[in-house]
Amino acid sequence: MRLTAVTFLPALGALVLLLVPRRAASVFKLGGLVVTLVTLLAAVPLYVGFDDRVADVQFEEVRPWMPGVGISYHLGVDGISLLLVLLTTFLMPVALASAWHAIEDRWKEFVVTMLILETGMVGVFVSLDLFLFYVFWEAMLIPMYFIIGVWGGTKRVYAAIKFVLYTMVGSVLMLVAILALYAQHGAATGTYTFDLPVLTRWVLPPGLAQELMFLAFALAFAIKVPLFPFHTWLPDAHVEAPTAGSVILAGVLLKMGTYGFLRFCLPLFPDASLVFGPLVVALAVIGIVYGAWVSTVQPDMKKLVAYSSVSHLGFVILGIFTLTPQGLVGGVLQMVNHGLSTGALFLLVGMVYERRHTRLIADFGGLWSVAPAFSSLFLVVALSSLGLPGLNGFVGEFLILVGAFQTNPWVAALATSGVIFAAVYLLWLCQRVIFGAVTHEANRGLRDLSPREWTLLVPVVVLIVWIGVYPSALTGKTEATIEALLAQVQSKANAQRVSVGPPPVAPAVRPLNGMRDDMWTAAGSRLVSGHPPTHSGSPRASDALRLRTTTPAPRTPLP
Amino acid sequence: MSTVWFIPTLPLAGALVNILLGDRIGRRAHWVAVPTVAGSFLAACAVFTRAWDGGSFTSRLFPWIVAGRFEAWVVAFVDPLTCVMLLVVTGVGALIHLYSVGYMHGDPGYARYFAYLNLFVFSMTMLVIAGDFLLLYVFWEAVGLCSYLLIGFWYTRPAATQAGKKAFIVNRVGDFGFGLGVMWLWTVLGTLEYGAVFKGAETLAPATATGIALLLFMGACGKSAQLPLHTWLPDAMEGPTPVSALIHAATMVTAGVYMVARSHALFERSGTALEVVLWVGTATALFAATVGLVQPDIKRVLAYSTVSQLGYMFAAIGLGAYAAAIFHLVTHAFFKALLFLGAGSVIHGLGGEQDLRKMGGLSSRMMTTTITTTVGGLGLAGVPGLAGFFSKDEILAAAFHSGHLVVWGLLLLGAFLTAFYTSRLLFLAFYSDPRMSREAAHHVHESPSVMTLPLWVLAVLTVVAGLAVGIPSERGTRLARFLEPVFPLHGESPDGSIAYTLLILSVIVVAAGFAVAWFVYLASPVRADTIGRPRTAFGALLLNAYYVDRLYDAIIVRPLFGLATFLAERFDLGGIDRAVNGLGAAVVGWAAATRRLQTGYVVNYALTMLAGAVLVVAFLLSR
Repeated sequence: MRLTAVTFLPALGALVLLLVPRRAASVFKLGGLVVTLVTLLAAVPLYVGFDDRVADVQFEEVRPWMPGVGISYHLGVDGISLLLVLLTTFLMPVALASAWHAIEDRWKEFVVTMLILETGMVGVFVSLDLFLFYVFWEAMLIPMYFIIGVWGGTKRVYAAIKFVLYTMVGSVLMLVAILALYAQHGAATGTYTFDLPVLTRWVLPPGLAQELMFLAFALAFAIKVPLFPFHTWLPDAHVEAPTAGSVILAGVLLKMGTYGFLRFCLPLFPDASLVFGPLVVALAVIGIVYGAWVSTVQPDMKKLVAYSSVSHLGFVILGIFTLTPQGLVGGVLQMVNHGLSTGALFLLVGMVYERRHTRLIADFGGLWSVAPAFSSLFLVVALSSLGLPGLNGFVGEFLILVGAFQTNPWVAALATSGVIFAAVYLLWLCQRVIFGAVTHEANRGLRDLSPREWTLLVPVVVLIVWIGVYPSALTGKTEATIEALLAQVQSKANAQRVSVGPPPVAPAVRPLNGMRDDMWTAAGSRLVSGHPPTHSGSPRASDALRLRTTTPAPRTPLP
Repeated sequence: MSTVWFIPTLPLAGALVNILLGDRIGRRAHWVAVPTVAGSFLAACAVFTRAWDGGSFTSRLFPWIVAGRFEAWVVAFVDPLTCVMLLVVTGVGALIHLYSVGYMHGDPGYARYFAYLNLFVFSMTMLVIAGDFLLLYVFWEAVGLCSYLLIGFWYTRPAATQAGKKAFIVNRVGDFGFGLGVMWLWTVLGTLEYGAVFKGAETLAPATATGIALLLFMGACGKSAQLPLHTWLPDAMEGPTPVSALIHAATMVTAGVYMVARSHALFERSGTALEVVLWVGTATALFAATVGLVQPDIKRVLAYSTVSQLGYMFAAIGLGAYAAAIFHLVTHAFFKALLFLGAGSVIHGLGGEQDLRKMGGLSSRMMTTTITTTVGGLGLAGVPGLAGFFSKDEILAAAFHSGHLVVWGLLLLGAFLTAFYTSRLLFLAFYSDPRMSREAAHHVHESPSVMTLPLWVLAVLTVVAGLAVGIPSERGTRLARFLEPVFPLHGESPDGSIAYTLLILSVIVVAAGFAVAWFVYLASPVRADTIGRPRTAFGALLLNAYYVDRLYDAIIVRPLFGLATFLAERFDLGGIDRAVNGLGAAVVGWAAATRRLQTGYVVNYALTMLAGAVLVVAFLLSR
């Protein structure tokens, strides 16, 4: 019941607030804040109670919903979704509190919309039934549409429609793929079900069908991430969305794309993931460099941050498609990191926008002299975003790059160059906004952070530092899940091969210095299924489960 | 928890106190900052006693990043090399903290300054005690951050923030290589801890070792301002002068030397990499020395001198004379910090003037500064008996004995140039006739004792350091013997007569440099206004540091910026986004076209149905 509680508390709150007559906005402000904080409190026990030694789904809830067609209400979290649920519930109160003065009218509708949005987002992360997942995935579009379209800037309607239509195009194709998968599984096994764990255990034969399904899912997720070249809705949506919307959009919504790749594309379509992996990696690396370059020359701070998201999420996708434990752990961690750092950047830009009603970099300069607290936090967040060691961004990026280096050093080198460009656009931003002399008279009287703004920034900054210094608090929760996921992908991709040709070369598994011996040996024997893990194998081969180097899967269905 | 962890945590605590409570502490910030670094120095002394006999130990704190087989700990590794570095960093660091009390007096950002400076000492000591390449990399970037913050400390000056950003980005270019090197290292060896890496280095294929070593060296080039990544260091002089002394002369910029010396096993495995280090170091040593000859700004002369001396250290490493490199690192930390602090004292006394053309005749008004700075200058030039003499001579001897006669010749030429520009600086600042305005001359004053005390201490160190640990013997210098567990001594000392000849030769070269400078700037002084005004193209080339900055601007910065602008304005909006919107518009257009079919007239629909029915029937009949 815990997951149901976390998922539907916001919706319940929204329902209650709907019944409250429209009076002072403060009722809704406080109400919304209380509901999101209670949801956060309800989510924290998930973190505490999550057993990080177990790779399985935890806090599982299964209830038949439409048993006739194999649809069930199936919830659960593993080490990946756990972190994203926490991120979502953490960012919601922050986003609501950031809107305190920024949103002026229709607070009732705003709070209700935001709360419904939260239910949709959490639902996406905890659903283990494809149908249920799709319901949440689509449901969450509607509130976001209103948040941009009603409370946004001058071109809000254009941006909102573009956001919804673009996402819908991908989603509809995904729906087709979901139904196709449902039908194929049903035809092959006789049980028609949308249950994700059941579908994941089933080995879909490689070939055109799998590849088409992969592409349909991947397109939906690539648009959401957004992966280059599907990113152009993002700058528009960010620039027009109110600060709270931008924080949620960047912090959570984009993660649904990367999450989708991890949750659906890899385990359901492992062969297609291998076939299209290089293409996805190429797009990710282009996105890393391209996003950074385009960021550099943006005159609008929000656009700059928006394009930087393209670069950062390129890292996440790169990490996932390295198919190495390092890349995946780094990718998952980087999802959280991006939510915090970019979320905080949007908060800060929003704060300065509230005061000056402009986001143009050229309208600022020398803010440190007038607002030192704001400026120092701005600098810390920028440094976290550019991957300074000691802050959160570094850990994720480094792990991703280590993962990438094992599969292809040149890809790693290209992606690493993105780290240089990140320093360029972020430090140049800082130079023009917070350093220098005050160049505009209007900035001279700028207020520094208010107590409310302090309270909503400090937790974010604390997390930024904490994850940088002690990332194990998060990575420890995901490791087992990721190993299991990789093992699953590997064994499924192998399953075809084993029955065709000679058994695959056992990936050499070299135990670590002490601590994780047992785990790796276990993972190793799972991987090679019967072949004892070798201890003397070449070190290069040991980690990258050698997915990419194994022979391509046969394209024809097996007799 | 070993004592070694006190060394970084004390300054870290100081930094946190001044960051969080800086507003309240304000003018009293030094009461937090100075004692913490002094305590750090004492802790370093305590650690030194443990490694006195050449022992080493490892101290683990907690696992930092764990992902699959990847495991990186927060781990300290202490051996004689660590101890030498720690003593230099905390010792010189403490002196410069003390000096800053006087130099930064009255600055509105006093607490912030000390917070950054403490943060630097924390980062630098962590860099030195790190026992793992990833941790090294972390604090490598962290010292870069402190450098960024301190160069841009006076953030209202556009030049300062620009220089800070440049330093960070150029260092990031170097770190790009360093980072890849670390990844490669882990990919082939499966560990990043020093002990395991250096043991494993022997098993690497030479080509792999070369690749890794060169990537690591790329990081060192960034941090230690070697060609072609040297451009940030002269600009870094925008920071407060004590910062230049501590970070951009004595400690941080030597991190590259430390790192390469530390990983000498890797470089030796490659061989090629050592050769590259040798030539980059030699080229930088000469390149920067020539640029230093003509600079009119006192701090820029010292900055180019630092680049040049770092080149000497890398040359030593390239020759396999690691102990000599570290020896030069230590003596350089003393005399270059002394020179910068002396220059700072001059700048302080002149109310912020840094231009050598507006100095002169300070010897009568600033006695202590003149004496101590002169000692520093003589140390740098390599006057016999002073620290720099011994350390530079070790490097020259290593070049000669290893048969690299060209390198030896070039470095000897560099020694001549060094003697010249150092004497030029001393003559122009202290000994020639005063050239400042009457107003400025009136205000010239000696610095307070809180500033002169560090000058004296460093001057004494410059005098005694060489004699104490640097006298060559059968089995190398005393320092080399102390460092023997880290850098095994190989080969016997060459025979005495050649050594003496070499010594005498280098003394002659130094004297010549001295004499030329004396002739040009004292005996028949050039007119001050001709300094910094090149008459020849070569002069202009030197004054503009070979136009490297402009070259980079023209071939890297501008094209990339242009490309980014093109991508953002044309490609992204005019290309991708237009295609997306065009697709949407096409759908709308198609829908609009097909909409016409829905006319709303029942007769039309009926007619269409009839036509369809006729067609179906016709089709069925025709079969």
